[in-house]
Amino acid sequence: MGQTLAEKVWDAHVVRRAEGEPDLLYIDLHLVHEVTSPQAFDGLRLAGRPVRRPDLTLATEDHNTPTLDIDKPIADLTSRTQIETLRRNCAEFGVRIHSLGDVEQGIVHVVGPQLGLTQPGLTVVCGDSHTSTHGAFGALAFGIGTSEVEHVLATQTLPLRPFKTMAINVEGTLSPGVTAKDIILAVIAKIGTGGGQGYVLEYRGEAIRALSMEARMTICNMSIEAGARAGMIAPDETTFAYIDGRPHAPKGKEWDAALEYWRTLYTDDDAEFDVEVSIDADALEPFVTWGTNPGQGLPLSASVPDPESFADESDKAAARRALEYMALEAGTPLRDIAVDTVFIGSCTNGRIEDLRAAAAVVKGRKKADTVRVLVVPGSAKVRLQAEQEGLDKVFTEFGAEWRHAGCSMCLGMNPDQLAPGERSASTSNRNFEGRQGKGGRTHLVSPLVAAATGVRGTLSSPADLEPVG
Amino acid sequence: MEKFIRHSGVGVPLRRSNVDTDQIIPAVYLKRVTRTGFEDGLFAAWRGDETFVLNNPAFASGSVLVAGPDFGTGSSREHAVWALKDYGFKAVLSSRFADIFRGNSGKQGLLTGQLSQDDIELIWKALENAPGTEVTVDLDQRVVTCGEIVAPMQVDDYTRWRLMEGLDDIGLTLRHTDAIDDFETARPSHKPRTLV
Repeated sequence: MGQTLAEKVWDAHVVRRAEGEPDLLYIDLHLVHEVTSPQAFDGLRLAGRPVRRPDLTLATEDHNTPTLDIDKPIADLTSRTQIETLRRNCAEFGVRIHSLGDVEQGIVHVVGPQLGLTQPGLTVVCGDSHTSTHGAFGALAFGIGTSEVEHVLATQTLPLRPFKTMAINVEGTLSPGVTAKDIILAVIAKIGTGGGQGYVLEYRGEAIRALSMEARMTICNMSIEAGARAGMIAPDETTFAYIDGRPHAPKGKEWDAALEYWRTLYTDDDAEFDVEVSIDADALEPFVTWGTNPGQGLPLSASVPDPESFADESDKAAARRALEYMALEAGTPLRDIAVDTVFIGSCTNGRIEDLRAAAAVVKGRKKADTVRVLVVPGSAKVRLQAEQEGLDKVFTEFGAEWRHAGCSMCLGMNPDQLAPGERSASTSNRNFEGRQGKGGRTHLVSPLVAAATGVRGTLSSPADLEPVG
Repeated sequence: MEKFIRHSGVGVPLRRSNVDTDQIIPAVYLKRVTRTGFEDGLFAAWRGDETFVLNNPAFASGSVLVAGPDFGTGSSREHAVWALKDYGFKAVLSSRFADIFRGNSGKQGLLTGQLSQDDIELIWKALENAPGTEVTVDLDQRVVTCGEIVAPMQVDDYTRWRLMEGLDDIGLTLRHTDAIDDFETARPSHKPRTLV
């Protein structure tokens, strides 16, 4: 019987296999950031162990970094300590780091692909659950905990139990205004936040093949929100063209050898998935979340659901709690929900295409007086590229704040946070209670919906806007 | 790592599903560079609510958390495990755990025991009817007992062995350094490197 893509990549990395034990898997690329690494480096130091392969390790600063005044010392002392600890650790252990102010600094999951380090068929790990992003290249990429970070630093391997495989077949064609973000929010709403547990998801089908690399990254990025540690898309010409010419792409004969290998990375026709799920791209609409987990989402044209309408008792209880936290009434049309803040950025939607899409919606318009709009590029390079294209001007003329790169308002670790009770339309990945700041209320949306919401002040899609006169 | 064979302690009924790691410990507590002292961040957002279960003095000294399905979803932060351990929890019982959380727990000696949701419901009722009741988690026999309730517990063989022996993963892997060396020798040269 044939193999799935995930099984092929897995098998190519087995260092050791023994009955009754997890496989020992080799790790090709280890990405590091300041939040989940200090205790791991500390562990190495205590045990007197070196980093086995600094040449397969890359660090960047993202979670704690401010997006304003980046030339000044970080005001928050504990944030500053964490960043300084990472810098010290990288210097001591010989790990390459891109610090705040460096042209290659940015969110770890934007930086890896941008440098051409993320390639098909690799195993990629990082102490960050959104490592699943890199699966868009046909890599097996997943988030790990700090003990595992230490394990990879020390051994360049991880003991792992094989995953099961799930195919997510997205057939058909997306309508205008419907994006990769809407696909993945619809997938999570369909299979639930636990539906992917124990699985590697492989996104397949016509609608996936038609997506750009950056859109594919948006989809794979949120695999974790369905409980899956990894999501993958088989590499194709779109993938190869994206990698070609990047700083760490193979060159010359190495490129040819790599390409030959990459072309073997697909699920065989006679392979079997443990589970298959189908999504009809033709029927998709812009999707938004109404609750406090990413599975609590609906098409923008729907209304806030009645908790009593859920069949399952625990879903009912979760919906009741979510509506209370979100301060929403069942039956309210989602389009009537007014927000205070629009956040465009994060490892989900902070790439150049996301900024271009949002800029195209807001160009020549003014934001609603009642909202503040934050636009935060995913990396310093994305920021520079956007400025070359004049997108920064489009955003600032719209009334948005144009910031420096980082995780920003995706999570409450840096100065960009919601105040208690504030509500956002956010292109990030998690609408958990307090995720964007204590007491903050989050609606997850695509960059197009975020931009249109910035214009009207209520959850909207570009189709709701009057033409620019 | 401390060995885990059997533990008895006050059971804490956490009647919530989808408890993500942002709820177990909010991001603001993740800025520390130490490995201990995270107990103050445990369920920080909920501890301000006086009806929250850990604010009931009968449960405050709890060491066995009995949670709803899909416990530990979301962020990979191992701080969630540290916070539970630093508070005094030795075991978490649920009908379903998120993968990363379960992996992180095993490495820190925090037992994640899987029970049927029916058994979880029975234990919740028992604990709520008599707050302060002890729960016994027997990893050797893979059984949880709470008063009259005797519930089978699923823990995979390898994790059980490591927890019962108190074995450290890195030490185990370093026994196979030869296999890692061999693998590296055969790695294709087109694979990327971060240092040039």
